Formats: sequence, C-alpha cells, structure tokens
Amino acid sequence: MYTDKVLEHFRNPRNMGRIENPDGIGKVGNPMCGDVMYIYIKVEDDKIADCKFETFGCAAAIATSSMVTEMVKGKTIEKALEITNQRVAEALGGLPPTKYHCSLLAEQGIKEAIEDYLKKKESAEKKV
Amino acid sequence: MKRIYCDHTSTTPIDERVLNEMLLFLKEKYANPSSIHLQGQEVRKHVEIARKKVAELINADSHEIVFTSGGTEANNLAIKGIAFKKGKGHIITSKIEHHSVLDVLKYLEKKGFDVTYLDVDKYGLVNPDDVKKAIRDDTILITIIFASNEVGTIQPVKEISEIAREKGIPFHTDACMMVGLEKVDVKELGVDMLSLSAHKFYGPKGIGALYARKGILLESLIHGGHHEKRRRGGSENVPGIIGMGKASELAMEEIEKDRERIKELRDNLEKFILESIPDVIVVGHPEKRLYNILTVCFKYIEGESILLNLDFEGISVSSGSACTSGSLEPSHVLLAMGLPHEVAHGSIRFSFGKINNLKDVEKIKEVLPGIINKLRQMSPFWEKNK
Repeated sequence: MYTDKVLEHFRNPRNMGRIENPDGIGKVGNPMCGDVMYIYIKVEDDKIADCKFETFGCAAAIATSSMVTEMVKGKTIEKALEITNQRVAEALGGLPPTKYHCSLLAEQGIKEAIEDYLKKKESAEKKV
Repeated sequence: MKRIYCDHTSTTPIDERVLNEMLLFLKEKYANPSSIHLQGQEVRKHVEIARKKVAELINADSHEIVFTSGGTEANNLAIKGIAFKKGKGHIITSKIEHHSVLDVLKYLEKKGFDVTYLDVDKYGLVNPDDVKKAIRDDTILITIIFASNEVGTIQPVKEISEIAREKGIPFHTDACMMVGLEKVDVKELGVDMLSLSAHKFYGPKGIGALYARKGILLESLIHGGHHEKRRRGGSENVPGIIGMGKASELAMEEIEKDRERIKELRDNLEKFILESIPDVIVVGHPEKRLYNILTVCFKYIEGESILLNLDFEGISVSSGSACTSGSLEPSHVLLAMGLPHEVAHGSIRFSFGKINNLKDVEKIKEVLPGIINKLRQMSPFWEKNK
C-alpha cells in the first residue's frame, strides 16, 4: 500500500518536534478527519533556516510532514512557496489515492507557516 | 521474523484438520453432488453430513441451513430475501451493524423501504425497549448484530427475539462473530434467521450459511438451479462446505477448551494497557463482550500509525481509524457509542485466537508503550494535555 520511501520517513521522521519562538507556524487539518499538522519555521536572511513539525495522523500524514520539512530547509521563502503537494508525493515515490489529502496538508502547512511569518514581519516593519 | 497474529476477528487461520478433510474433496471426490451417478451421490452424502454438523453447532435442523459464499451473502439473503418477498415496508436495525447489513439497508432505502437505525449506549448495547417502540404496522424485519465485530459487545438477542416473536415480525441476527466462539442455540434464542461464516472459526474463506427457520420464506437472490432447495442457485462449493462442517464439529468439541485460556490472554493485555499507558479508553461492554476482543482508543494519536508500528514489530492487529477504512470517517460503531471523532481515530483492535500464547502477549507488552510514546511525542495534542 505504501512505498518504501513513505514507510522509511514514517519510521524515522526527520525534523520532528517544535521550534520554540518560531518565526512562523502553520496549523492545518482537522482532528475530526484524523489529520492535524503543525509546521514551525525559523527564517534567517530570507531563507528557511529550520523547519519542524508535529503531526496527529496516519503514516502518510507523518511521512509527508517529514518530507516537506526536508524539502524546504535551506530554501528561500520564494522557492519554498513553490512546493506543491504533487512534488511532496513524488519525492515519497507516490501515495495511495485515498491518502492524497495528506500531501495537500503538507503543502498547506508550509504555506500557512510562511504566510504567518510574512504577516508578523509586515506588522513588525509597520511598528518601526 | 516470527509474526504474532492478533487479528482473529478479521479472519482465523484454517485448522489443519479442516484443511485435510477439504483436500480429499479437491482431489479425489470432485464430482458434482447434483449428479445422479455414484460419484456424485457419494459427494452428496458428505455435503449433507457437513450440513448436519453446521446445523448441530447452532441447534438447528439440517434443512434450515442454506450454504452461501460467506457471511456477507448470508446477510444479503436474509434481508433482501424478506424485503423482496414483501415488496415494501419498514425494517429495524442498529447503528453498529457490519457493512454487509448497513449497505444492504442503504440500498433498500433507495428502493423505497423505510429503515430505522437504533442508537446504542456507551457500551454499544441496543435497548430492547427501543426495538419495541420502533415497531410499526408495516415493519417487515428486525435485524440486529449478535456480537460486534469492532468492540465485541454482545446484544440481548433473546429479549429482542421475544419482542419480534410477539409481534410476528421476522428477526434476523448477524452472528458471524459469535458462532464458533460462544454457544449459540437458535431454538433457545428464538431467532428466525441467523448468519454465520466459516473463516471466523478456523474454517475456510468463501463459505458461510444462513439459518432460516422452517416456515420463513425468502426470495432467492441467486437464480440458476434447484440447489439449496431453490434458495441459492449454483453448484455447491463442496470443499468449502466440507471445511465448514469440520470446523463446526471442532468448534462444538473445543469451545470450552480454548475459551478460558484465550480470555486470560485478552484480560492480561487489557490490564497491562490500563495500568501502564495513560489516556486510554477500553471500549465495549465490561462483561457482555466477546472474550477474545480488546478494542482500545489511545488518545492524541491515530490508529493506522499505531497499527503500522506494531506491524514493523511483527504484530498484526486492526484499527477503526478512517485511514484504514478508506474514508475520512472513523468507525461508525465507535461514533455510535458516543466517542468523539478524534478519539475514535485512535482505536486499535486486538483479537486473540487459539494460536496465541502468553509469549505473544509479552511481546506486545514489550513494544506497545514505546510505540504509543513515540507517536504521542509527535502529536501536537499530547503535551498540551499534560
């Protein structure tokens, strides 16, 4: 049902945990549907210096969380925003059709974290 | 790696003695039991002996047993068989039925039948008074699962049966989980129809039966011959029938032998989980529950993740989470019992059988707390609740 890559990320998730005082947080999903993803980012010089996740969900949700954090680390904000759910799923060697929505969460999670960062940055600049 | 199979409610391994009897009918005794010649009649004799064994297991008469392709077809035959005979009317069921009952009723609703889905309490029990209150003048059938395949709760089938009998309404029970594990006596229960499935009690897959009490008239669903007294067309699945007969015979002899031992394994694991893992809920009725099933909800984490981590350790279990059902909804049974969605998503069902031993339970106890802890460390809901 799952590719070896999905199972490998599920068994040994990368970047699991939270970042204290993150620059941005993306909270997506719904506990009623069985999938919730929190994505934390730390930004330095317009680049994603660190990215971590906390996820309540199935193997696909955990593996896509792990993969998306790997994919965005070190990337510029602009490049990170280009990440799509297809690319996350492809990097994992594909997902079963019923798990497609999990890869959507990963994309939404990182986008929300970046939006949160940009909003905070904007309001900080206004204050200055 | 030696696997630990703890999913007997999904299916059981075939008993060696069952397989050996079947082999003869796959090899030498291959004739069609409907054939007039000597070879055919020899097979017919054995099919009828097997039918008698299945009948004896539930204290029915041989002619009241209709062989089917399994529990699903038996449920279909019971429900559609009555519905199509009557043409219209109202059916009473519960919210915790197996999909082979629920999906049939959803289909019948589209065809114009009315269906009442009764609530259950937090243990998964149907209240017989609710059955009584739901009866209408046009009620044509009551169908209630005997023991839940998800949580093991055993329904007051005899009481419901008495209510149905009083009103003259046919009563069917899906007893696939019950037969072979507990003593089932259709005469004492007073049920009109009862479904059973061989692979739930160490028989082969692809064979089941419907008990239909003498006098219950059913519309046949599969046309194509005089087989099963015109109740189910098609050449008999002889090896399957022989296997189900042998499995029934063995169940009769060995029910008591395995019962206590299996229950002890289940109780041992239940006690351990409650004592050593925080934030867990054992679901199902504390006493009126099948002795081999343990369904547990582990809060703040999701069932498929637990299931796969156990799988990595060589342990096979089931889950009622959405991710194992192919939809976004967790188990309808757990939801009907009043569990919140996010808790229902974290359910794991351990189901023991005669191949299990104490070593298996020790292995589960060794790995389970670590798995739960690892997943909780990953969960955004865990720490906030500490």
